[in-house]
Amino acid sequence: MNDAQNPHPPPLSQGERGAGSAFYGEFVKGLWRENPVFVQVLGMCPMLAVTNSAVNGVAMGAATFFVLVGSSLLISTLKSVIPRPVRISTYVIVIATFVTVADFVLQAAAPLVHRELGAFISLIVVNCLILGRQEAFASKQPVRLAVADALGMGGGFALALVVLGGAREVLGAGSFFGVALFGPSFEPWVVMLLPPGGFLMLGFLLLAFAAIKETRAKIAERLEERKAA
Amino acid sequence: MNGDLVQIESHRRAGDSMPRLVTTLALAGLLSGLAIVGAFEATRPRIAANQARALRAAVFEVVPGAAKLQRLAWRDGRLQAAAGDAGAEPSIYAGYGEDGRFLGYAITGEGAGYQDVIALLYGFDPARRRVVGMRVLESRETPGLGDRIYKDEGFVGAFRDLAVEPEIELVTGGDATAANQVDGLTGATISSRAVVRIVNDANAEWLARLFPPGSEPPLAEEEKP
Repeated sequence: MNDAQNPHPPPLSQGERGAGSAFYGEFVKGLWRENPVFVQVLGMCPMLAVTNSAVNGVAMGAATFFVLVGSSLLISTLKSVIPRPVRISTYVIVIATFVTVADFVLQAAAPLVHRELGAFISLIVVNCLILGRQEAFASKQPVRLAVADALGMGGGFALALVVLGGAREVLGAGSFFGVALFGPSFEPWVVMLLPPGGFLMLGFLLLAFAAIKETRAKIAERLEERKAA
Repeated sequence: MNGDLVQIESHRRAGDSMPRLVTTLALAGLLSGLAIVGAFEATRPRIAANQARALRAAVFEVVPGAAKLQRLAWRDGRLQAAAGDAGAEPSIYAGYGEDGRFLGYAITGEGAGYQDVIALLYGFDPARRRVVGMRVLESRETPGLGDRIYKDEGFVGAFRDLAVEPEIELVTGGDATAANQVDGLTGATISSRAVVRIVNDANAEWLARLFPPGSEPPLAEEEKP
C-alpha cells in the first residue's frame, strides 16, 4: 500500500500516555491500535489455516498466548546475559521450548483439539509475531513492560483468531462453539470453512478495521478543526 | 562509518568471547532439553491414556456389543494375541462382550482420500462374513462435502451390515440394492470411493489371515483401561 494514501493516523507517541499507565498502555496497544493481525498483519499462517471454527481459534490463540508471554518474560529477564551475536539463536531455543511444552500439554489436555490443529501447533515456533516481539520489544524493555506487551499482543492475536474462527463457523457451519444457531433449514456456506473462506473473511475484517479507523480519524480531524476555529 | 566501527569494536569488547557465546548457547540448549523432557515425562501417561481410550471407544463402536478388546498381531506368519502398543507391528483387534464371548474383529485400514490420508477402523463379523461398523479415525476431507464420509448417517450406516463377497461396491444414483453395495455420496464421490477401496484393500489383506470362525482365541487377560 502506498504510504501517501494511507489514511491511518500515526500512532500516539509515548508522551501522550501517562507514565504511571505505561503497563496498561503497552498492554492495550496490542489489543486494538497495534493488533498483530488486523493492523500489523503478522502470523497469517496459523491465522488462515486453523480458524475454521471458534474452538480452534481459542486453542491456537491460547497456545500462542502462552508461548509469547513465557518467551517475553524469560528473554526480558535474561536480556543482559544473552550476548548480542547469538541472541536470535537463543530466542529461537526459548520459543521452541515453550512451543514443545504447549504441544505436549494440549495433547494431554485436549486430544481432539490437538488433532484438529495438528502441525500448526509446532509451527508456532516460526510465527514471526513471537520472534518479532522478542527482538523489537522484550530484549530492550524492563520485564514488567515486556510482559504487558506480550499479554496485549498475545491477547490481540487470540482475539483476532476467535473473531475470524467464529465468523467462519457461523457462516460455514451455522453454529458457534459447536452450538447450532439457525435450525435445520440453514444451508451452510461451506466455502467459508475452506481455505478461500479464510482469505475472504480476513479481507472483510481488515476492510472493516480500516473503515473504523478511517471514520475515527475523520472525527478526530473534525474535532481538531472545530477547536482551531 | 567510523562510528559503526567503534560500535562493533565495543560490542566485541563487551565480553562476547568465543567461549562465552558457546557457553550461552550450550546452556540454553541444556535447559531447553531439561524443560522439554520434563514436560514429556509429565504428560506422557495422560497422552497414552487418551490414545488408548480413543482406540477402545473406536473398537467398541465398530464391533457392536463389545466391551473388552484384545490386540492380535500378525507375527511370524500367523495371527496371535499380543500385549501393549501395536507400534509398527501389523495388528487388528478382537472385540469381546462383557461375558468374554468373542464378537468380532476391528480392522484398521488407510489409504489416499481426496485431500490426504484417510485412516479408518471397521468391524468384521467372521461368522456372518459381514462388515458390522465403520469409523473414520483420521481425515482431512473437505468440510461439508468429503467429511460426510463420517458425518452422513446414511453412508456410515451402510457399513453396519455389508457383505464382503463379492467385494464391496460403490454405486451412484442412490440405488444400492445388493448386500455388498454402498450408495456413493453426491459431491464426495472420491472420498466415498476411497473409503470403500480402503475397506476392500484391508479385507484382501486380513480376511485370509483370520482364525477359522469359532476358533478365535479367548480373551487373554483384562486390558487395563
